[in-house]
Amino acid sequence: MNRVIEQQYNNKFKEVLLLGNDWKKYFRSLITPFNVIAALILSIGIPLTVIRFTRGIGAVSNLNDTNPWGFWIGVDVLSGVALAAGGFTIGTAVYLFGMKKYHPILRPAILTGFLGYFFVVVGLCFDLGRPWRLPYPMFVSYGVTSVMFLVGWHVATYLTVQFIEFSPAFFEAFGWRKIRRWAVRLTIGATIAGVILSTLHQSALGALFLISPNKLHPLWYTSYLPVFFFVSAIVGGMTMVIFESTISHKVFRHQIDPVDHLTLKEITFGLGKGASALLFTYFCLKWVGVAHHNNWHYLNTSLGHWFLVEVFGFILAPCLVLFMGFKRMNLTMVRTGAIWTVLGLILNRVNVSIIAMNWQRADRYFPSWMEIMITITVITVGLLVFRFIVNRTPTLYRHPDFLNEPDH
Amino acid sequence: MSVGRRKFLGTISTATIALAGLKVSANENFTGYPERYGMLIDTTQCIGKDCRLCEDACKKRNKLSLDDLDLKDNSVFDKARRTNSNNFTIVNKFINPDNQKDIFVKFQCMQCNEPACASACLVKAFTKTPEGSVIYNKDVCIGCRYCMVACPFYTLAYDYNDAYTPQVRKCTMCFEKIKDGQKPACVEICPKESITFGKREELIELAHQKIRSHPDRYIDRVYGELDVGGTSVLYLAETDFANLGFDTQLGKTPYPEYTRGFLSAVPLVLTIWPVLLVGLYKASQSRELKTTKEIYKDEEGDKK
Amino acid sequence: MEFKTLQEFLTFTKGQEYLIAIGAIVLFSFFWFLLDRKQQKQK
Repeated sequence: MNRVIEQQYNNKFKEVLLLGNDWKKYFRSLITPFNVIAALILSIGIPLTVIRFTRGIGAVSNLNDTNPWGFWIGVDVLSGVALAAGGFTIGTAVYLFGMKKYHPILRPAILTGFLGYFFVVVGLCFDLGRPWRLPYPMFVSYGVTSVMFLVGWHVATYLTVQFIEFSPAFFEAFGWRKIRRWAVRLTIGATIAGVILSTLHQSALGALFLISPNKLHPLWYTSYLPVFFFVSAIVGGMTMVIFESTISHKVFRHQIDPVDHLTLKEITFGLGKGASALLFTYFCLKWVGVAHHNNWHYLNTSLGHWFLVEVFGFILAPCLVLFMGFKRMNLTMVRTGAIWTVLGLILNRVNVSIIAMNWQRADRYFPSWMEIMITITVITVGLLVFRFIVNRTPTLYRHPDFLNEPDH
Repeated sequence: MSVGRRKFLGTISTATIALAGLKVSANENFTGYPERYGMLIDTTQCIGKDCRLCEDACKKRNKLSLDDLDLKDNSVFDKARRTNSNNFTIVNKFINPDNQKDIFVKFQCMQCNEPACASACLVKAFTKTPEGSVIYNKDVCIGCRYCMVACPFYTLAYDYNDAYTPQVRKCTMCFEKIKDGQKPACVEICPKESITFGKREELIELAHQKIRSHPDRYIDRVYGELDVGGTSVLYLAETDFANLGFDTQLGKTPYPEYTRGFLSAVPLVLTIWPVLLVGLYKASQSRELKTTKEIYKDEEGDKK
Repeated sequence: MEFKTLQEFLTFTKGQEYLIAIGAIVLFSFFWFLLDRKQQKQK
C-alpha cells in the first residue's frame, strides 16, 4: 500500500491537506513540469481576470451587439456542460441499469461531472454582465417563458445533486462514518434527480437556439436541436470519461488498485462500444433533421461543406474508429476515437453558437486571444482542483475502512 | 393494492388531468392592448442627408453622449450602421435599384406585439406595456444577453465597456413621454413629419389608405403589420423592403411560439421521468434478486 | 381569464405547470419513501 493512502488514514486535516508532508516538503514537491506550465498560464490569466472585472467584457473580448455570444458561451458553457455529462451517464449505468462493472470509474466520472459544471459556472461569470446577480432567476424574478430560466435552475440544482453524489468520498477522507451513511442513502434519489435534470438542461441548451430561426444556418437550425444536444451530450460524457480515465490511470497510477488497472480495459471497450452505437444514431438523426426541413440544397454551399465536415469527419469517422477499436480489441484506437468524439462535440457547439450563427451578416465575430486565454485559464484551474481532490479523497480507489459499508 | 400505491396512482392521474385540462381551457385568443400606440415611418419622406435630427433628439432625450454625432458629416451613409449602446436609432442610406435614387430608412426597436426579448429573458426584464412600448428593467438584468440573441431585428445593444452597471440599451418609443400624452422625441423633431405617431390600429388603416391613394409611390406592403406577429413600428416604402435592409422572410409567427413546444415538454418530463426511472431501478434490482433466488433453488434442487 | 398578450398567457400557464410538476415530484418522493418503508416492514 503506498504512502499517499497511508497518510490519509490519519484523517487529521493538515495530514489530508499536505499529503502527509510538512509545509517545506509539500511546496518543494509542487515543482513539476505540469505545475510550471500551469503557473505560466495563471500568470497571464489572473491579470486578464482583473482586467475583465474592472474594465468590462469589452476590454478582453471581441463580443459585439450583433454577436453577443462567442467563445465563452460556445466552449466554456455549451461544450463544458455536454462533456461533463459523464456524471449522470455512468451513474445511470451503475445504479439504474445495474451495470456493476462500471463501478470503478463511477466516482471519477461524478467528480468530472461536478467540477465540469462548477467551472462552467465560473466561466459563465466571465461572460455575464452582472455575475453577482447569478442567483436572480432563482430568487428575485422568474422569467418562466424563457428556456434560459430552465437552464439556470437546472444547472444550480444539478450542481447540488452532483455534490451530494460525490460527498461520500469527502466523508471517507475525513472518517465521518455517520454523515457518510446519511449521504449514501440519498444516492439513488440523487442519481434519479440527476438524470431528470440532465435530460432537461442538456436538451434546453439546444432549445435556446430555437428562438433564432432567422440567424442560425438551416443545416443546423432544426426543431430537433434539443434532441441533438441531448444525444450528443451522452456521447460526449461517455467519451470524456474514457479520456479522463486514460489520463487518471497514468497520472495517478500509484493510487490505483492493480485489479482496477486490468478492468479499465474492459470498461473502456464497453464505453467505446456504447459511444459508437450512439454516435451512429446521432449521425442518422442529423440527416433526419435535414430531411425534415428539406434543406438538401444547402449542402452544396461553403457552410454546407462545413456541415459535411462536421457530420462525416467528426461524427461518422470517430464512430467508425471506436467501432473498429472495439472489434479489434485495440485500446489505443478506442482512446483515439474518444478524443476525436470530444473534439467533434466541441466543434458542433462552436458551429451552432458561432460559425453557423449570423451566417448572413456582414459583422461577424472572431474571438480575441484574451477570450481564449481566459478559457484556458479556467480549464487549468479546473484541472488543478481535480488533481487536488483526487489526491486527497478515495476517488480512484476504495477506502479500506469503508469497504463493508453500503454505497447506495 | 396497498393504500400507498393507490394514493400514488391517484396523484399521477390528477396531475396529468390537470395539465391536460389547463391546455384545453386556456384562452388562446390574445386581445393585445388595443389602445397601444405605434409609429408609422414613411421612408419616402425621409430626407436623411444633412438631417438626422431624429438621432440627435433621441440622444438628447435618453441622455446619451453626442460626441459620436456630427450632423454635417454625410459620409456616415457610406456604410450601413446599426444601433449601439450610444445610439438607439440610426438612419441608413439605400439605393432604389429601379431609379438609383437615395432612400433613407430610420431603424430602432420595433416594439413587437409579442417580443422575442420578453419571452427570452430569464428574469423577465422586458415588458410589453399597454401603451405599446417594450421597456427594460435594469434592476433585475443579469447581463446574459440572451435577449440580444433572440431579437430578430438586431436592435438591442449592450454596455460592453461598463464593468459595474452594464445595461441592455434600446429605443423605448419614449415611454415616459407617451405615458404623459406626448409624442416620442424623434416624431416631434422630424422636419418632414415622416413619422406619424398614433394608435397602432389606426396607423395600419392610415398606411393602407396611403397605399390606395398613391399606388405609384408605395409598394403594397406595410412592414411590421404581420411580421413576427405584428410590431408597433410600421414602415411604408417605394421599393421592395428587401432592398432597404429589412428581413422580409421573418414570417408571421410571434417569436415566443418557437420555444413554446420545448417548454411544454418540460413539466411532462419532470412528472413522468421519476416513475420511469424508479421503475428501471426496481427492475434492475429484481434481476439481482432473481439470480439469488435461482441460486437458492438450484441449491435446493442439488440437495434433493 | 383574459390574456392581453402571448407573453402573459405563457407566463401564467408555464408558472402553473412548473408548480404542479414540482408538486408531483415532491409527492412522488414521499410516496416512494412510504412504499419502500412498507416493504422493509414486511421483511
